[in-house]
Amino acid sequence: MSLGPVTLGHFLSVGAILFALSVIGIFLNRKNLIVLLMAIELMLLAVNLNFVAFSYYLGDMAGQVFVFFILTVAAAESAIGLAILVVLFRSRSTIAVDELDTLKG
Amino acid sequence: MAQTLSASLLLAVPMAPLVGAIIAGLFGRQVGRRGAHTVAILGVAIAFAISSWVLYAVAVDGARFNGTIYEWMRVGDLKMEIGFLVDGLTAMMMVVVTFVSLMVHVYTIGYMADDPGYQRFFSYISLFTFSMLMLVMSNNFLQLFFGWEAVGLVSYLLIGFWYTRPTAIFANLKAFLVNRVGDFGFILGIGLIVTFAGTLDYAETFARGSELAQLPFPGLDWRLITVICICLFIGAMGKSAQFPLHVWLPDSMEGPTPISALIHAATMVTAGIFMVARMSPLFELSDTALSVVLVIGAITALFMGFLGIIQNDIKRVVAYSTLSQLGYMTVALGASAYSVAVFHLMTHAFFKALLFLAAGSVIIGMHHDQDIRNMGGLRKYMPITWITALLGSLALIGTPFFSGFYSKDSIIEAVHASQLAGAGFAYFAVVAGVFVTAFYSFRMYFLVFHGPERFRDKPFPPPAHDDHAHAGAGDPHGSAHESHAEPDAHAADAHAPTPHESPAVVTLPLVLLAIPSVVIGFLTIGPMLFGDFFRDSIVADVQRHPAMEELARAYHGPLAMVTHSLGTPVLWLAVAGVALAWFFYLVRPAIPAALLHRLSWLHRLLDNKYYADWFNENVLARGARALGNGLWKRGDVGLIDGILIDGSARGITAISAVTRHFQSGYLYWYALVMIVGVIGLMTWQLWPFLGAPFGQ
Repeated sequence: MSLGPVTLGHFLSVGAILFALSVIGIFLNRKNLIVLLMAIELMLLAVNLNFVAFSYYLGDMAGQVFVFFILTVAAAESAIGLAILVVLFRSRSTIAVDELDTLKG
Repeated sequence: MAQTLSASLLLAVPMAPLVGAIIAGLFGRQVGRRGAHTVAILGVAIAFAISSWVLYAVAVDGARFNGTIYEWMRVGDLKMEIGFLVDGLTAMMMVVVTFVSLMVHVYTIGYMADDPGYQRFFSYISLFTFSMLMLVMSNNFLQLFFGWEAVGLVSYLLIGFWYTRPTAIFANLKAFLVNRVGDFGFILGIGLIVTFAGTLDYAETFARGSELAQLPFPGLDWRLITVICICLFIGAMGKSAQFPLHVWLPDSMEGPTPISALIHAATMVTAGIFMVARMSPLFELSDTALSVVLVIGAITALFMGFLGIIQNDIKRVVAYSTLSQLGYMTVALGASAYSVAVFHLMTHAFFKALLFLAAGSVIIGMHHDQDIRNMGGLRKYMPITWITALLGSLALIGTPFFSGFYSKDSIIEAVHASQLAGAGFAYFAVVAGVFVTAFYSFRMYFLVFHGPERFRDKPFPPPAHDDHAHAGAGDPHGSAHESHAEPDAHAADAHAPTPHESPAVVTLPLVLLAIPSVVIGFLTIGPMLFGDFFRDSIVADVQRHPAMEELARAYHGPLAMVTHSLGTPVLWLAVAGVALAWFFYLVRPAIPAALLHRLSWLHRLLDNKYYADWFNENVLARGARALGNGLWKRGDVGLIDGILIDGSARGITAISAVTRHFQSGYLYWYALVMIVGVIGLMTWQLWPFLGAPFGQ
């Protein structure tokens, strides 16, 4: 088995796997809202990986600049998300996803 | 055009009875019985006096009037006005209406003497006189229609005068509904005239007659004038009780006898005849419409006569006779002999009013038993009624020198001369009708006035509901009346069943009506049919419809007409009818009973009036109800409410019952749907490009 040079395809595959993992994490997770937030973060990371890989192989720095923006926004978003989570826990005294179904029609 | 008549004088003619009606009706309690009949009779007497003067002025001086009295409103170019047209036709009708009405007013004093609704009755018949005068004096279609509906309304009120009797209420509703059918046709005809002639005025419409005759009916292959005439004639069929809209007239006998004489024999039912005669300039333009008129009239004349033969109620016999005679008039109209129809209308008004009032007198004498099988031999007890009824019957069957002879013979001759389609059948019908008329008239006459006196044992006790106890048990006047809530009470009273002659207020009108019934035909046939009395009111196209010309050629005076008739079968048919009635009902009373037994199917057919009522009730009324029910249950409740309104609500409920399952409330579920959606969208958008990298 010979390991050739790391190509764009490898990076994209890892990104796709990460993304798929995070989607599955969202679907299968029934217990914890924090896991949900983590899965969303993972999804963003998968996207970031794609950006960086394309940026590198296409020689365009704009993609890497975008990644910084996304990381910043994701950090802010996580902070807000966790804050909401705390408030939610105070009012419902649970963060189990299965029990958060007040939108049910 | 020697002179014109004064408008205010003419206006007084309908207004006098109207004032009488208002005073008797609204202030009946204040003026009392005496006051009510005085004021009503005074009003009609004034109308009669002026009408007679108008007739004199029209006939002798050739006076005419055609003008507007009052403009009610103006819609665009369409003027709606009240106006009078007075010519020979109108003047004659005015005199006939007011004279018969006056006689009936006087008669009513005796007939309704003990009725609690005395003032109301006088108010109604005066109102009727007003309406009828408005109808005949009109110079435009709007006022004609007003009069037409007003007489219909009063007829409705009077048929149901004894409103506690269910049969009377049924009869007046029936009369009203059947007349609606006719009036529907009538108003359609008027609508067509307004649309195409653009005016409601008679004279202007007639002036455009030849123009109208050229037009086709829009969208169809018919001639407009034919449609107009047939629509108008449907109105006449309703009012003048022509087959198949005749069913209301026999039932209208539920009303008091005076109004049967006035409204349902002499005047209102002849309004249709009058209207068609008035519209003669239009009818002359359409042979098809005239043929329809002819055939409808012939059917009515013959077949309604048959029904008169088997009736046992004295008023119903006269009612069927009226139907048959109206058929005769209609036949004359169809043969373009309008003046003959109007002539018969006049003579018929006198002798039929006479017969009805005589029947009423008999009913009073018989203590309100109307079954002729319970009568017999009344001539000893009621001599004046007997003589006048005999004169009326002789006039009806067309005995020479009597009024009916001249008018009926002229009709038969006119039909003979007509060349329209259906004239052959009509001629047969009117000739056969002579025999039938003579038979049923004298059957009634013999059963009532001759033969054994059956009124003591009453072989056919009147059913309780047919009784004359009008006001019902709750009314003090009704029970005080010398009648008959309980027939048994009479049988116990030995004195009561003997008939007695009626009081003078009843017999005087009989005598006064008997005089014109006998002589009017002899005196007026010359000027009315062959003179120029109707010169400018009745138009006949001599070229195409030569009936009147033929008649005039054969006419050599009233005496010659009698001698001529001796050689025709018509007179002998009448004689045969009388002879047969005499033989059947006086000599061998067993024969009709045997015939009744032998021909029971025929009797059943006649007894059920050719099943016309059955047909109306079971096919038309039930059909209409079924249609209404169907539209209600299927159309309204089913389709509109069920499918459109409730259905859309139910549809939304059903759709949302499915879609609400998407709203599970679980975040991961929304996320999945979102992702699936994004993947789907991307696949859809990128599909063209997907093939490229792998394809090469």
